[in-house]
Amino acid sequence: MTKIKSTESFGKKLLKLVKNNPVPLMFVIICVICIPLSGYSAGYLIGEIITRIARNSFLIISLLIPIMAGMGLNFGMTLGAMAGEIGLILVSDWKVVGIPGVVLAMIISIPISVLLGWFCGKILNLAKGREMVTSYIISYFISGVYQLIVLYAMGPIIPIKHSSLVLPRGYGIRNTVNLLSMRQCLDNLLAIRIGSVRIPVVPFLIIAVLCFIVVWFKKTKLGQDMRAVGQDMEVARAAGIKVEETRIMSIIISTVLAGFGMVIYLQNMGTLNTYNSHTQIGMFCIAALLVGGASVDKASIGNVFLGVILFHLMFIVAPKAGMNLIGQAQLGEYFRVFVSYAVITVALVMYESKKRRANSLTGLKLAEDQEVAK
Amino acid sequence: MSEDKAVAMNNGNPVMEKIRGFIKSFGWPRLIIALFLISLFIAAPIVGVNFGSSLSNTLMRFGMNSVLVLAMVPMIHSGCGLNFGLPLGIIAGLLGATLSIESGFTGVPSFLMAMLYATPFAVLLGYGYGVLLNKVKGGEMMIATYVGFSSVSFMCLMWLLLPYKSPTMVWGFEGKGLRTTISVDGFYKGVLSDFLKIDIGHLSIPTGMILFFAILAFVMWAFLHTKTGTAMTAVGSNPTFAKAGGINVDKIRILSVVMSTWLGAIGILVYEQAFGFIQLYMSPFNMALPAVSAILIGGASVNKASIPNVIIGTFLFQGIVTMTPSVMNSIIHTDMSEVIRIIVSNGMILYALTRKTEATR
Amino acid sequence: MGNEAAPLLEMRNVSKEFFGNKVLSDINFTMKKGEVIGLVGENGAGKSTLMKILFGMDVIKATGGYGGDVLIDGQKVIFNTPFDAINAGIGMVHQEFSLIPGFTATENILLNREPQKHHFLSEIFGERLNLLDRPEMSRQSEAAIKKLGVEIDPDMMINQMPVGHKQFTEIARELSKTGTRILILDEPTAVLTEHEAEALLAAIKRLSEQGIAIIFITHRLHEILTVCDQVLVMRDGLIVKDVPAGETNVAQIAKWMVGRDVKSDADESREKAAHLLKEEGKPVVMSIKRLWVDMPGETVRDVSLDVNDGEILGIGGLAGQGKLGIPNGVMGLYPAGGHVVFNGKEIKLNSPRECLDADLAFVSEDRRGVGLLLDETLEWNIAFPAMQIHSKFLKKRLGGLVKWRDDKAIANVTKKYVDMLEIKCTNTKQDAKELSGGNQQKVCLAKAFALEPKFLFVSEPTRGIDVGAKALVLQSLKKFNRESGVTVVMISSELEELRQTCDRVAIIANGVVSGILPATAPSEDFGLLMVGHKAEEASNE
Repeated sequence: MTKIKSTESFGKKLLKLVKNNPVPLMFVIICVICIPLSGYSAGYLIGEIITRIARNSFLIISLLIPIMAGMGLNFGMTLGAMAGEIGLILVSDWKVVGIPGVVLAMIISIPISVLLGWFCGKILNLAKGREMVTSYIISYFISGVYQLIVLYAMGPIIPIKHSSLVLPRGYGIRNTVNLLSMRQCLDNLLAIRIGSVRIPVVPFLIIAVLCFIVVWFKKTKLGQDMRAVGQDMEVARAAGIKVEETRIMSIIISTVLAGFGMVIYLQNMGTLNTYNSHTQIGMFCIAALLVGGASVDKASIGNVFLGVILFHLMFIVAPKAGMNLIGQAQLGEYFRVFVSYAVITVALVMYESKKRRANSLTGLKLAEDQEVAK
Repeated sequence: MSEDKAVAMNNGNPVMEKIRGFIKSFGWPRLIIALFLISLFIAAPIVGVNFGSSLSNTLMRFGMNSVLVLAMVPMIHSGCGLNFGLPLGIIAGLLGATLSIESGFTGVPSFLMAMLYATPFAVLLGYGYGVLLNKVKGGEMMIATYVGFSSVSFMCLMWLLLPYKSPTMVWGFEGKGLRTTISVDGFYKGVLSDFLKIDIGHLSIPTGMILFFAILAFVMWAFLHTKTGTAMTAVGSNPTFAKAGGINVDKIRILSVVMSTWLGAIGILVYEQAFGFIQLYMSPFNMALPAVSAILIGGASVNKASIPNVIIGTFLFQGIVTMTPSVMNSIIHTDMSEVIRIIVSNGMILYALTRKTEATR
Repeated sequence: MGNEAAPLLEMRNVSKEFFGNKVLSDINFTMKKGEVIGLVGENGAGKSTLMKILFGMDVIKATGGYGGDVLIDGQKVIFNTPFDAINAGIGMVHQEFSLIPGFTATENILLNREPQKHHFLSEIFGERLNLLDRPEMSRQSEAAIKKLGVEIDPDMMINQMPVGHKQFTEIARELSKTGTRILILDEPTAVLTEHEAEALLAAIKRLSEQGIAIIFITHRLHEILTVCDQVLVMRDGLIVKDVPAGETNVAQIAKWMVGRDVKSDADESREKAAHLLKEEGKPVVMSIKRLWVDMPGETVRDVSLDVNDGEILGIGGLAGQGKLGIPNGVMGLYPAGGHVVFNGKEIKLNSPRECLDADLAFVSEDRRGVGLLLDETLEWNIAFPAMQIHSKFLKKRLGGLVKWRDDKAIANVTKKYVDMLEIKCTNTKQDAKELSGGNQQKVCLAKAFALEPKFLFVSEPTRGIDVGAKALVLQSLKKFNRESGVTVVMISSELEELRQTCDRVAIIANGVVSGILPATAPSEDFGLLMVGHKAEEASNE
């Protein structure tokens, strides 16, 4: 009897697991199919994944705080990424190399991130209820301003000394900025090797510290206020919490973290695509977080790491699998772009339709009550 | 309190009051954009840019883009918000274009066949898209954006895989997979833009293309005056009112989405015949934002739009896009047009999204 | 009382006007430490305005403050914000829950008043980075719950709690505030089960023994008699009775609540009686059976009701009891179940179109949300349903293929109703949002009249409109009924209005029909029905 019950509950549990985590499971399936097709060795894949965890996690963690404050997926994290890029451009011009360069770039990004985050938060407070689409447009808008600064103001207004950075016409930054002097300086510091796999200890330590800070932050007064504001703005306001200020704070924190994350990301890449690096980063980070099982109103650190692993595994194997299967690498590349967008679409649709479904239950209960009363 | 205000205003200078009222209804950003464009036109002859050719350019681009902007109208009217999912319609148009060429039509028939082929796709995709948007009322715009993106990237796969054969379209050396750009020369290049074209010195007017837009715009205008059109406006204005009035809100919304999608399909065909090329793969990706901002610049809001909004908006937006490079280049020898376009168009969308009166839903 | 020191709370000649409308006048009462006062009255009697003044709500100040004095411990006080009131020891539990669903009871009880621990980072970055002192939070919330004397789990999430526990959490929050001496409970038992309500009443007694004074607002009169020391009955912005609870009974209170001196217009009542006589024996035109409606805040549980052909039936009851849910459910605006038969034909529920096709019409109580297209012209507002349902005001073009809007016909019909109902507007192309409330209401009526229905639901037709418009609206409804023979069901919170306009009045309490009486029945009978006494009981008492 008890045995039957336990198997039943196991089956139910499994069903619940599938029901609650359709997106991560779908990715597990894609990866399971694609890994053998790609023909990559396990060692290679593990090495790649470890590199990508070190490279991307920080950026993705920056998304957690606005979700906590009920502002949804912060498409405006791109703003922080741009601040980080400006920091790196200036640092490379000043020829500050290695770790001091990385740290300086982060420091420079802080005031820019704070300013942009404040602007973004202010605007999102004007567009309550449609924060996501607004933050998405803000990222395009600020991208225009960024181009204005980097393409026209750098040189004539903001002094750039080294011509290697500047476009041949005499002003504006070149399309790619070489970060050789800083390339992987964090990753290589204290790195250890296990077999063919290199483990970048310092980025992992930094990420661990950040995770600790996020957990700690949830326990602070500000963190508590953000959770309250995220769940019900009016109740929080009635209790005397400064709702607008709290929301702006969450965006500022997210933007500053995204700025740091971008510096870590780019020191690993070693080159900066001045006008492109930031445009896709928001989309990839959000897709990864959602793949990890997060939703628009709920996300945890666990979602971040699961997401990075699954999403990037798919990213690595898909082109090769496409190549081996149909003979076109291009196919796999388009496939992974499609999947990134599709994941975000599915997550958004699930979130919106869930909001509406909850309402239909009360009616059923009323009909039931009548039956009981009979 | 509002009465006091009205009295105070009546006591003031009536002309000033009228101007103030006009600015208030027109909106500051629109005014700035209009003044900017006017100053560009004034500056053009002074810095040696030919006025006639600039105007021709603007008219040409107006004709190319106006149908895409018109595709915003039905969805705004039914309260589905700004159609960030325009790429979906564009895909239907691209399917129509490629199928028409594949079937070997040339000249004017190839354009007609492209429209014909595109229609079932537009209706089908639009229907599915409409059903989806009905499930996510209130969050349409974000979902629309990502539906557009997903479908564009999905079609990237399809362009590679679909068994197209026409040698003008597939990669020469592999014999399969469509090229990224396909010339429509010999097919339907210029069927509208060269039709009844008027040339006066530097000025040339693509009469055919503008006429085509005028016909579609007229049909749209007429539709909004029918029983169903009236219902659509009511659904957009207050869906609960419409529901209480016996309207099937979901059905009307789907109809509006299908119309928007079809207009998007036709819009891209008009664009291609003037541009001379079909652009596949990632190119439809960023076509929604310019169209969205154009209609907003024309005076539309998130839930109100009219045909004059389309005309004014497309003209202002395309005017800026064509005039800034030439004029600015002559003045400061720098081409800042792209950056200005990004800031202006996205700034306009942000302005519309954050307006209190327009943020009721 | 006289030999004691100054009372805990005293109100002297308190009055309040909203835009020239006097809603409170000459309010005087005192309250001692640990006293429980029951405050009763119909909706709109002024209870909530009075409590808003006491709690320093922003709306009072924004509308020009109030007259008279509020004294605490004999000292005159002026509260500009609720936070001032809280500091003075006043706690208020509102009708709607003000709780964060994903927080535990403890977190909610101490929301924004959490005990905190300083550390070096918060010294640098500011107070908001203090850590929450969880053990201290638990201790404080448990203390508050204990003070209340009920069993709730401090670590349970609010969204997993039964309704009663949510209510207790709210009260515990007020108690946890230091120095809460006066507690205002606004209909706390309305959402509770019998058992939970009993526990709450016990808690009120316990709190009063601990010296906390309580103002208890409820419509369940027997509760008042159980726990209160004193009963205040309000009507039309006045305190009409202030008696010890021991010296009165339910029937008396109900009478005081509703009973006012009705101007007996002899002719009118005779006409009404004649009409009623005529209507008796008329066939049932609409029969509602076992209707439930899920309308938030106005849930209908089990309503069965017959409407006679050609009558004006009134539906009354207190707010939140479900009277508004009936028309909204029948007309398909909120999810509903049960059976509705109109003219012998079953009407499909949840389908506004079917109702309209069957020549039913509805004027919603929610003018701005449901009744009007605020951003469109009067013409559109009035003509829209008639155009969509009956294809009126359309011209056929292209051999009937295109149904073209006939703007001229629309303008004409609008003009007709503008004249008929005396709608004040600059012209028929004015936007609906620019009209005053009364004129907007008339537009809503015109919209329904333009449908030329056989049956009309009118929900709260006089809510929020001035006296002149009120009379005209009621008059035109009556005229519409008498002259066109249209059956009208009118739902209103104002009993007198129903009694003057209708032939029969049904009273809804707790989502069911508690009784139907002829409009000529004495008002105290209606009062008893309103507070949930069934018809038989009412006649017995």
